[in-house]
Amino acid sequence: MEARNKGIYVFILAGLLVSVALALLVSPWASSAPDGLEKVAEDKGFLEKAEETDPAWESAPIPDYAVPGLTRETVDEETGEVVEEPTKPATALAGFIGTVAIFLIAWGLALVLKKKKPEEAGTAP
Amino acid sequence: MHIPDGFLNTGVSVATGAVAAGVVGYGLYRAREELDERSVPLLALCAAFVFAAQMLNFPVAGGTSGHFLGGVLAAVLLGPWLGGLVLTLVLVVQCLGFADGGLTALGANVFNMAVIGAVACYYLFALGKRLLPKSRTSFLAAVGVTSWLSVMLASGACAVELAISGTSPLSVALPAMLGVHAIIGIGEAVITVLVVSVVLAVRPDLVRTYDLAGPAPVFADPEVNR
Repeated sequence: MEARNKGIYVFILAGLLVSVALALLVSPWASSAPDGLEKVAEDKGFLEKAEETDPAWESAPIPDYAVPGLTRETVDEETGEVVEEPTKPATALAGFIGTVAIFLIAWGLALVLKKKKPEEAGTAP
Repeated sequence: MHIPDGFLNTGVSVATGAVAAGVVGYGLYRAREELDERSVPLLALCAAFVFAAQMLNFPVAGGTSGHFLGGVLAAVLLGPWLGGLVLTLVLVVQCLGFADGGLTALGANVFNMAVIGAVACYYLFALGKRLLPKSRTSFLAAVGVTSWLSVMLASGACAVELAISGTSPLSVALPAMLGVHAIIGIGEAVITVLVVSVVLAVRPDLVRTYDLAGPAPVFADPEVNR
């Protein structure tokens, strides 16, 4: 069983590599069309409700899955405003950072939550 | 299906947030018992995979895209409580780190995608598994059908929340949401069945809900099995 339990880390590492590869290499080529809810909101005329509302949280380090600084400034044809447009490197790096970060956060959170074994619990208050 | 700020009224935000907080709180309590040396790294991997896969929007009909949800995948691999926590964590990181989904709608998004999409759908999956013959094929069939249903139920809940909030009448929002998500749900089912098949082929002992053949998967203290 020892080998089996060590083997799990091989599986975890392989799975993490697949996840990182998806986020880093595939996500820049993902569809940028509106998703189901966004499309329905557009078609049924309530997308403005979101556009007119100031976001309640404006401190996201990587807004819209595009690393700031790697984005491209373009002029919106309809409004004439200068908007930041994601580039492939901006999306790839966002995916990489997000995937690795969430892996580490989840692992850390799980370790904190995990009940201590009886022998360890004995020393804890 | 991440709801932005502005779509929901205060009542719906608070009500869904309260239910979500209750379920997640209970999930955290259950996690204490369920987390062990094997499920800790698996939970981390599951969260990373769900996050990465959610970035991969695939085109569906009519200038629309859909993406993987992952609730059923997480629940099939880890059980309802750890699975629900995976989805909750992904949604929190997406909201705070990537401005995907509004902060005021975070409770509703957790309610739709973690509470319904993972926890509730786990029980639908368990029911399907009990009704079907015990085989690998019917296990995967239950995974596929529940995956499709999870997207339908989550998008249906989203439509109900929009309707109660006065954003879009139910007669408009519900058919529109279910219509597009019926197609997105097929993608969900294909991806979930594919990933579960791969894990079953490589490490069937890591699929927590797979208990069809042979001795029960060993989740016990590794000390005993040396």
